[in-house]
Amino acid sequence: MWKFIHRLASPKHFYRIAGKWIPWLMAAAVILIALGFYGGLVKAPADYQQGDSFRIIYLHVPAAWMSLFIYMVMATSAAIGLIWKIKLADLFATASAPIGASFTFLALVTGSIWGKPMWGTWWVWDARLTSELLLLFLYLGFMGLQAAIEDRRNAARAGAVLAIVGVVNIPIIHYSVEWWNTLHQGPTVTRMDKPAMHISMLIPLLQAAAGFQIYYFATVLMRVRSLVLQQERRSGWVRELLREEGVR
Amino acid sequence: MLNAFLTMLQRDLLLAYRHRSELANPLLFFVIVVTLFPLAIGPEPGILKNIAPGVIWVAALLASMLSLESVFRTDFNDGSLELMFLSPHPPSLLVLSKIIAHWLITAVPLMLMAPLLAVLLHLPTEGIGVLLLTLLLGTPVLSLVGAIGVALTVGLRRGGMLLALLVLPLYVPVLIFAAGAVRDAALGLPVIGPLAFLGAMLVLSLTLAPLATSAALRISLG
Amino acid sequence: MNWSEFFHMGGYAPYVWSSYALGLVILVANAVGPALRHRRVKEEIRSRLRREGKL
Repeated sequence: MWKFIHRLASPKHFYRIAGKWIPWLMAAAVILIALGFYGGLVKAPADYQQGDSFRIIYLHVPAAWMSLFIYMVMATSAAIGLIWKIKLADLFATASAPIGASFTFLALVTGSIWGKPMWGTWWVWDARLTSELLLLFLYLGFMGLQAAIEDRRNAARAGAVLAIVGVVNIPIIHYSVEWWNTLHQGPTVTRMDKPAMHISMLIPLLQAAAGFQIYYFATVLMRVRSLVLQQERRSGWVRELLREEGVR
Repeated sequence: MLNAFLTMLQRDLLLAYRHRSELANPLLFFVIVVTLFPLAIGPEPGILKNIAPGVIWVAALLASMLSLESVFRTDFNDGSLELMFLSPHPPSLLVLSKIIAHWLITAVPLMLMAPLLAVLLHLPTEGIGVLLLTLLLGTPVLSLVGAIGVALTVGLRRGGMLLALLVLPLYVPVLIFAAGAVRDAALGLPVIGPLAFLGAMLVLSLTLAPLATSAALRISLG
Repeated sequence: MNWSEFFHMGGYAPYVWSSYALGLVILVANAVGPALRHRRVKEEIRSRLRREGKL
């Protein structure tokens, strides 16, 4: 097991192994997402309060979950890269940011689209939507900082500090937004979630969420592979690899 | 160790005193931003009273962030920052003294000016005391958290806009609790809850932010 | 369930379908973008190596 992990941490082996995994992960993700969306859009019964508009949940909620999950993964791998100086962990963090930002964006837009029939307006300063918006700013800040620093190693380290500070702040931001929200919001607004969900509605949601998760791993590996190639462009194994591929 | 801390503090305050003409700038910025709101929104006392806590706090937040931008700049450029990291004293302590010096120079005048602006915006008298209290608890958090962002961007040529993107989302909790407390106080509601949270944030940032800032400075120094 | 009913989504069609359209666009873009980028990176390295006569 340890031997496997050690080999995975070497760029050359990572590149090869990830290349083998990506198609399988992608296939699994596509199947799960298709199952979840099919179950959510076709099989699940319409909600007795929200009608068919609740079907946006199968996109919105997994995207919102991913937006937080990816930030945690990003901060953890950035911290690992900072502390143990593992380049691959740095690349993992860098590659995660745009994917996380796009899931955050998706959660925001679908939340707003869902809000229109439910609340009668495109945007409500709902606690969760507002936290999600702030999370998007955190992602964009991370990406902006990394883009602004030219030296790749320094960019990774600066990004790591920022991501760790962000992780400490996320619960504080979330809590303060909740507090602020209860001050302002009247009881007329229907909440998006309900405490209990029928099992026929829940299963597609979990399938879609699992699909998104695997999809994230597949795409992050794709991005890390190109970053590895770029970083190792002067090393022997890259030359070897391109020579072999050129023959084919 | 305390000696090093105090020497550093003294040095920064002395440097600020030598450039005292610059000291007024954040304060003027603060006053002008607040003055713009009645001009933009209209002079009705009812509306101004409602927005006063938010306006004063947003202005304080921007003034704090913009003045903070240069807190490490000169020391970074002339190399004294590098020397500080070579000294036997923990860099986070020296960083903390720089942040405290900055807070004394910029935030304290802001607090002196705030009651005047509160009166201009028709904030009820009950709110003014709490406004000062939130500024006292909140502005150090702004300086401490903002210093992390400044330390990360100090080596960059165009750090200003990026700094806003990095730092402002982190300022949100302070803004929410502080402005909320002032608004509650103006309505005669109890404010101990949000004030306690501001205090907790102050303690948390006082312990963690200097460490993060010195780590960030070390990275910026390369 | 018939198709027109399915596409109608109980009157919420614009909301539901625009959400899912955006979702699919983002999912596809996040997979195709990196794939294209990967190919471009490879091309760049290959042409650089050719220039240097190492390939």
